[in-house]
Amino acid sequence: MLVIKREFLSRVKKRSFLIATILTPLIFPAIIGGMIYFYMEDMKSADKKNVQVLDESGYFELNDTTKYTYIYLPRTLSLETAKTAFNATEDFALIHIPEFELDNPEGFTMYSKTNPSITELQRFTGQFEHKIRDLKLKRFDIAQSTLDSLNTQISLRSVNIGESGEEKESSAVAAFGIGYAAGFLIYMFIFIYGAQVMQGVIEEKSSKIVEVIVSTLRPMQLMVGKVVGIASVGLTQILIWIALIAVLSLGILAFFNISMPSPEDIELISEGSQAMTANNPLANNPKLMQGMKIAADIPYLYLIVSFIFYFVGGYLMYGALFAAVGSAVDSSQEAQQFMFPITIPLIASIISLNFVLDNPESNFSFWLSVIPFTSPIAMMGRIGFGVPLWELALSMALLVLGFTFTIWVAGRIYRVGILMHGSKVNYKVLAKWFMMRN
Amino acid sequence: MNILEAKGINKSYAQHKALSDVSIDIPKQSIFGLLGPNGAGKTTLIRIINQIIEADSGTILIKGRPLQESHIRMIGYLPEERGLYKKMKVGEQLIFLGQLRGLSKKEALQKSQQWIKKLGLKPWWNKKVEDLSKGMAQKVQFISTVMHEPELIILDEPFSGFDPVNANLIKDEILELRDKGCTVIFSTHRMESVEQLCDHIAMINKSEKILDGSKKDIKEDYRNNTYDLTHFGEIGPLSENFHVLEREILGEGHFRTAIQALNGESPNNLLKELIVQTELQSFMERIPSINDIFIAKVEGGNHE
Repeated sequence: MLVIKREFLSRVKKRSFLIATILTPLIFPAIIGGMIYFYMEDMKSADKKNVQVLDESGYFELNDTTKYTYIYLPRTLSLETAKTAFNATEDFALIHIPEFELDNPEGFTMYSKTNPSITELQRFTGQFEHKIRDLKLKRFDIAQSTLDSLNTQISLRSVNIGESGEEKESSAVAAFGIGYAAGFLIYMFIFIYGAQVMQGVIEEKSSKIVEVIVSTLRPMQLMVGKVVGIASVGLTQILIWIALIAVLSLGILAFFNISMPSPEDIELISEGSQAMTANNPLANNPKLMQGMKIAADIPYLYLIVSFIFYFVGGYLMYGALFAAVGSAVDSSQEAQQFMFPITIPLIASIISLNFVLDNPESNFSFWLSVIPFTSPIAMMGRIGFGVPLWELALSMALLVLGFTFTIWVAGRIYRVGILMHGSKVNYKVLAKWFMMRN
Repeated sequence: MNILEAKGINKSYAQHKALSDVSIDIPKQSIFGLLGPNGAGKTTLIRIINQIIEADSGTILIKGRPLQESHIRMIGYLPEERGLYKKMKVGEQLIFLGQLRGLSKKEALQKSQQWIKKLGLKPWWNKKVEDLSKGMAQKVQFISTVMHEPELIILDEPFSGFDPVNANLIKDEILELRDKGCTVIFSTHRMESVEQLCDHIAMINKSEKILDGSKKDIKEDYRNNTYDLTHFGEIGPLSENFHVLEREILGEGHFRTAIQALNGESPNNLLKELIVQTELQSFMERIPSINDIFIAKVEGGNHE
């Protein structure tokens, strides 16, 4: 207990903890917002690129876009002179369109000074293909207006039908976002706090205080105390973040004069009632309202509880292993070689997270989210999509078994490791420590 | 009465034996020296007493009762590999360590402040350990060992790493604690410190106990009635019970001679014989130092 308290207090009291705790929820959205902002700005104000077009066919009329200005060269110009002239300019590219058969279009060439990106190439190709398709259609005497009406844009509204038959607006995007964010957060937390455990153990070992302490406690107690102490730091941090984010989002919503709509409100709106929205122009925006409805539908409590469970479970699992590594080495440099096998399942699960998010119901996702080493991340990825209760229970039970097991294994290595100084450690030695009696 | 009795302690690590059948009795209110060359098994024995590791076989009794967790409270341990949390403040650290040894927070605060004052560290109470000089950190370490008023204090190589000033200070504190009723176990391979401090000693070599007893008895056992004398004028033949071991000429008629008295002859008889032959300048019995005994024992053991 005392160890837990010391770990907790000594970390929480640090100024860096305070700063990290308070600033992170501010910085993260700020960074993301900033990136989006700059991206948008970039899109808007990006230097327009000049593209010279030598169109010998005369079919194409490319309209200037936000990114490109098309400069048409006289059709009589030869390609060679055009190229020489292009080289002398600052322009981005020279596109040469030869005379071509509509049925067999070829010979299109794009000359540029730098390698154009794939998206740029695709953009041009797409443009040409589109144009040629239109031209072909025109041959069948289809009017331009008919062509225009062929272009449709739809948005697919997806609805989950629950077992009791109630319809729930589901959003693959929201589930994806939640899964990705939660999985990634757990990954980061395990890494950060796991590394802290390891650092702490190495510090105790290298500052040689450990022998004094184990003369009063069982090494297992010290290790568990350390792991739990740091876990409580992590939990505190997360709870503060959740609270801060909640307060901030409410604040922002209040700022925009929107209250979190209750289901009745939404029904009112979806029934087309405009009455209540008179004083709230934003509520007129159906897309926004749909987004808000989805946001309101997210079972926050369920998510937060399972997030905390998987964070604690996954952390205990890996934290114990990190502690064992810390006990085996004399310095953090040496720790690298033992870190590797521990980080592999972590990295594997973060990589497969993408797959899990794409196929949350697949067998592969199921196994990943049940095996304790990968379950914290994989299950958080699936949870937004809705997971059968028995799977969740199985995964949680296995995780508990898993961390009990790793703590036991780590404890056996730890108790020997912390008192060994300067011995060369490899996996064989670790196995021997593990087998050693007290 | 013995505060600690170890009986038939065995401990082996994977390949080598660290302790084989070691038994020691440590009388209460004594300073007990646990001697032996590096790697003899001293630290292993101490770790067993501290319940850091368990013996393969054998029992340890503290005040006649088998070693158990509640004994942690009455033991103070200063390991050879010692250190403190560098980032923690002196005061907090002492309170934490005191609480680990079973003090309440209030007691820990009070005791640590007393000691801090006694050893002149008061201005450093709120400083981090990493800002302290090495000597001061050592004092803090020592306080953490004794602040909970343990009845049994175990010091593993206490003077290694201490500067002479602090070593003396600690020595005085140890004596004072002994006088107050504490028992101190000293583990060391440096014999000079034992010579001055210890009442009892035990020697361990190559995992086995090779000698133990009170310092006086051991010295008694190892003296061999040899006398060193310096004198002016040569010594002629002596009676048959006196055997001249060494003779050295110091110049200008001065000599140094070592004479062994055989068959229990008293030094007075030797003096009687000498006085008539030469002018004595000094006469002293050669008493073996613990160091000599130690070396003789260890080397003897190696030759066997």
